[in-house]
Amino acid sequence: MNMTRRTSGTTIAAHAVLIGYTLIALFPVFVILINSFKTRKAIFREPLALPDADSFSMIGYETVMKQGDFFLYFQNSMIVTIVSLTLILLFGAMAAYALAEYRFKGNTLMGLYLALGIMIPIRIGTVAILEMMVSSGLVNTLTALILVYTAQGLPLAVFILSTFMKGVSDDLKNAGRIDGLSEYKIFFRLVLPLVRPAMATVAVFNMIPIWNDLWFPLILAPAEEVKTLTLGSQVFIGQFVTDWNAVLSALSMAILPVMILYVIFSRQLIRGITSGAVK
Amino acid sequence: MTALKLENVNKSFGPVHVLKDISLTVEKGEFVVFVGPSGCGKSTLLRVIAGLEDASSGTITIGDDVVNAVPPAKRGIAMVFQSYALYPHLSVKDNMSLGLKQEGQPKSVIAERVSKASKMLELEQYLPRRPAELSGGQRQRVAIGRAIVREPKLFLFDEPLSNLDAALRMNTRVEIAALHRTLSASMIYVTHDQIEAMTLADKIVVLRDGRVEQVGSPMDLYNNPANRFVAGFLGSPSMNFLERSVPGLAAGQTLGIRPEHLALRADGQISGEVTHVERLGGDTNLLVSTDQGEILTVRLFGQNDTDVGAHIQLGFDPEMAFRFDQSDNRILPLAA
Repeated sequence: MNMTRRTSGTTIAAHAVLIGYTLIALFPVFVILINSFKTRKAIFREPLALPDADSFSMIGYETVMKQGDFFLYFQNSMIVTIVSLTLILLFGAMAAYALAEYRFKGNTLMGLYLALGIMIPIRIGTVAILEMMVSSGLVNTLTALILVYTAQGLPLAVFILSTFMKGVSDDLKNAGRIDGLSEYKIFFRLVLPLVRPAMATVAVFNMIPIWNDLWFPLILAPAEEVKTLTLGSQVFIGQFVTDWNAVLSALSMAILPVMILYVIFSRQLIRGITSGAVK
Repeated sequence: MTALKLENVNKSFGPVHVLKDISLTVEKGEFVVFVGPSGCGKSTLLRVIAGLEDASSGTITIGDDVVNAVPPAKRGIAMVFQSYALYPHLSVKDNMSLGLKQEGQPKSVIAERVSKASKMLELEQYLPRRPAELSGGQRQRVAIGRAIVREPKLFLFDEPLSNLDAALRMNTRVEIAALHRTLSASMIYVTHDQIEAMTLADKIVVLRDGRVEQVGSPMDLYNNPANRFVAGFLGSPSMNFLERSVPGLAAGQTLGIRPEHLALRADGQISGEVTHVERLGGDTNLLVSTDQGEILTVRLFGQNDTDVGAHIQLGFDPEMAFRFDQSDNRILPLAA
């Protein structure tokens, strides 16, 4: 009796904390969304009011569609994010598997070396990276961004995944070897499905900073045809005049794809966790 | 014909010498059990035979072929793991047929072998299920089925019963013995449990610290242990070793007597006090502290009403006792 009451009390408290946090986290997004549908005057008069018949306006979205090459930026962001994520997951998982599974000289040293990038921000090397990209002719290409983001994401991916790979049963891999599976098949068909939750975690961790990044697109690929969405939205922000309608509309639209990707990955996350628990 | 022949096999992990000069043979159709305390190298030896580890030196022959450089899948072996190691995302049927598919066997052969094995192991109704939907005993049978369908020259079992509860362990033990009779295949079985070793084996290999201590049939090892380690390892409760309680022993010598060979006798040579009694119904085990301060176990058949604190005299048949020298080797009795 006492126990149940305390449990329900704890549950309510936990939910209150979580709901409170959700509200705080979603509030800025909410403000951006409602203001993107308002006239410029209404945005400044009552920033927190919902759009009504009087203040409702699609002018921001119209500007974005007309002025910037919005869909191109969108496409660029998508390509960069998805290709970088794919490369991070593929190479990260392979490196992690090698570190976790094979005994070779300098294994630990190699693991430390690969994890070093977690502690050193890649932006410190911006100038060197730019020089490198210039001399290899990769400036103003999406390839430049993909390479940089892959390098940026790999250390954490290797670090997280190798821990998980060590947890995969040796017997299972050996059973695969006895059944004649090649090392690649063991990796792709036995090990990867078992570390899927960890892969989803790594994907979510890497996806959002890549999608939102302004620094490297601005420095490595500022040309019109390779602009990313975040960089493209900057055309509406001027030194003296800012087209807030357009900025808010562009941001609202930028949220969507990253949200869809997040939902996909978090499903994997939940499925992975429950499948482990039921077993 | 021999199924497996090991000649001077050594294995080192860096500076650690795990297997030391192991030589042995397994005859065709023989059930051989590797037994020893944990860390004695028995699992490593099995993995070397399977090809999951490379031997540092020595030759391994399976059937007629030297297989040192042959990958596990091509050695003609099948292995059953302690943790079952079933593929979690495949059905029971696919778990069993994966190895055959990799070998490139035609579908008809695969279907036939899977149905034969599943009938033998009573797994037919579980074929479409995933391992997660099976009980521990069923999973172990699937693991055994996966080994059977490959029709290997040599079965390898790595402590297959350790994850099962006591009742299931007994059943599965009987099933494995029956399986061995039906298939008359060569099998190697690793365990740390001397009861499994005694009940299943045609031949027991006792290992300690990476060395073969003794090889022989279960009764051979029980009746004629080569040294104190083997004598103490096999038999339950384990053998009593006395240095002071029995008169007539030279310094450094030890007398080994199995608990079942001690008897309550008024004229017995050993006297002591009962410190604990275990009544099992069929047997009664007494823990006795001798007057010389040594602890020994006595196994009495049937029920006995001796109580804790009783002072008793114990006797034994000298022919049933073993003597060991200072370095723990057996001193064979002089031919009478």
